[in-house]
Amino acid sequence: MIAVRGLTKIFRDKKRGEIRAVDDVSFTCPAGRIYGLLGANGAGKTTTLRLLATLLQPTAGEASVADCDVRTQPEQVRSRIGFLATSTALYGRLTARETIAYFGRLNGLSDERIAARTRELADELDMHEFLDRRVEKFSTGMKQKTSIARTLVHDPAVLVFDEPTLGLDVMAARAIVRFVRDCRDRGKTVLYSTHVMSEVEKLCDTIGIIHCGRLVAEGTQAELAARFGDTDMEEIFVRAVGATEANA
Amino acid sequence: MNWRNIFTVYLKELRDTVRDRRTLLSTLVLPTVLMPCLVFSAGTVASRIIHKASAEIPTVALIGAKASPAVRTALEANPRLRLVAATDDWRTRIADKKLRAAVEIPDDFDAALERGTPALVKFYNYESELRSGLAVSELRRFFTDYRDKLVAARLRERGLSPAFVRPFELRSQNVAPPEKVGGNSIGGLIPYLFIIFCFVGAIYPAIDLTAGEKERGTLETILCSPVGRTDLVLGKFLMVLTASLATVLCSLASMGISLLLGGSLLLKNGAAVAGAMAGAMPTLDPLGVLAVVAMVLPFAMLFSALLMTIALFAKSIKEAQTYVTPLVVLVILPAMMALLPGVELNTKLALVPILNLSLVSKELVSGVWHWPHLALIFGSSCLYAAAALALCVRMFNREDVLFRA
Ligand SMILES: Nc1ncnc2c1ncn2[C@@H]1O[C@H](COP(=O)(O)OP(=O)(O)O)[C@@H](O)[C@H]1O
Ligand SMILES: [Mg+2]
Repeated sequence: MIAVRGLTKIFRDKKRGEIRAVDDVSFTCPAGRIYGLLGANGAGKTTTLRLLATLLQPTAGEASVADCDVRTQPEQVRSRIGFLATSTALYGRLTARETIAYFGRLNGLSDERIAARTRELADELDMHEFLDRRVEKFSTGMKQKTSIARTLVHDPAVLVFDEPTLGLDVMAARAIVRFVRDCRDRGKTVLYSTHVMSEVEKLCDTIGIIHCGRLVAEGTQAELAARFGDTDMEEIFVRAVGATEANA
Repeated sequence: MNWRNIFTVYLKELRDTVRDRRTLLSTLVLPTVLMPCLVFSAGTVASRIIHKASAEIPTVALIGAKASPAVRTALEANPRLRLVAATDDWRTRIADKKLRAAVEIPDDFDAALERGTPALVKFYNYESELRSGLAVSELRRFFTDYRDKLVAARLRERGLSPAFVRPFELRSQNVAPPEKVGGNSIGGLIPYLFIIFCFVGAIYPAIDLTAGEKERGTLETILCSPVGRTDLVLGKFLMVLTASLATVLCSLASMGISLLLGGSLLLKNGAAVAGAMAGAMPTLDPLGVLAVVAMVLPFAMLFSALLMTIALFAKSIKEAQTYVTPLVVLVILPAMMALLPGVELNTKLALVPILNLSLVSKELVSGVWHWPHLALIFGSSCLYAAAALALCVRMFNREDVLFRA
């Protein structure tokens, strides 16, 4: 489970001055659920997820991942999290098997456990055919599978996805969506960020709409539909964002 | 610190680097190929020039001596000079290297000697030109000989012994071991090459493992694994250090082999050349050379940590290269200063990084072991290296550096 309270991240940029990339964000995501973070480009999704993955230090507020505090137990947090983003690329000169083994070892897995996990993941993701080839020669789909295997090698309780379908073709994107659903069904806590409305509709149990670093609306799709008087996700989004713009 | 993780990172980086042809080229192939090229080209060029110059019979213009057939005949009879009559443009002909030198003898030289009045013989040469210098040495040898014979004849006439004008002889002898002589010529060059190779060997991996990871987007992947940042830095640092030392060792092995081959090649060129080259080709103290390599170790650490620190700032490999390239000058300059004559190691200079290594290396390859200086240099460079590594770790903990917008 993920619990976030008053999380704030301020970047100090020479040209732009102070940027409140994440501003007093609070939400919880229980196990076995998918929490969708919906927002336009620059809304603060990536920054929020990076704070949870302890890649960045929060300026204020607190957050815990699988009961570990992101400030005081960053390494424990990372060992309980699987983080997959558009910006998490793979080492081109390693093979898929070496990639899985490397991240398994850094997660403290024994060699036997790594071998067993590699077999399981390769079965599940149908990777056997290219397991011992170098990643640099892979197609996008093969890379995607290897990335998923890398994310799952230590069987984390919490999965964090940052726009994982960005730049993928329809088939590859569908495979990802199926896989994310699978994770939930196995009882994982899933946090999923995207700017694609249809993905949120299809996938997420709870939706948080983020705009300019602030969480402007939150609820199940039905709750949001009731609150904004429309069932179409795009309409809901525009109204939620528009309401804050009007207030500001 | 988690040694298992450090080692895991190190092994992965090692595997990754070994599979990268560009890194292999810059760390292993380049120094291995470059060293023999340096040694051979320097060796053969030097031996060729000396060989050719000493084989040549210099052409010398004769000015004057119109009424002095005796000295003329003696000079013409010298097989080691080719005498020609001076034309009006003899000065320009020397400058154009058509003539090696000119000798001016008074017209009444023979008569002046007969009378016992002093006469003056003048040589004209092209200063700092090797073959012109050789021509003048030959002229000088000839006239000294001519004068000595004359003095001997005059003494004989008066029934005096040669000791009358030469009551004692002068002779100087070199007592420095041959290594010491070498230490001052090529010896200064060897550590200089090691320092440069040690730096150059670290450049590519230092950039590839930091800015390269940012550029390829793998940095975020590794940062979200449980490995601690300090462990990650140390694993990467060990890899860069390995590359740097591998470069030094490759250049050392390659230099040893080419010096051995070069030595035998020179011997085949004949004893005369071997003699001429004895001054240029030094005998190095092998133990001293190994000590130099040991002294290079903390510098390899210093360079690796510094290069990683700087390269981490950059967002791309290209940007990192623009930061690192000017640093090469910073490394070469102090190493060059040590080549200047008269710069000797003292306690203060022993604390100046790079310069201290160059200076102490000059001593080491000459077989001089000054232990207090050695300890001071090794200790201070270890301290510098530790400071640089600490800086590098701090840099890896700065999110504004890792995630520069
Ligand atoms: N390292 C950084 N330094 C400065 N500003 C940043 C940094 N990372 C993100 N930002 C800024 O923070 C805001 C939120 O960015 P981000 O979290 O990437 O949004 P999203 O992922 O929703 O597109 C943007 O205005 C972005 O420019
Ligand atoms: Mg983003």
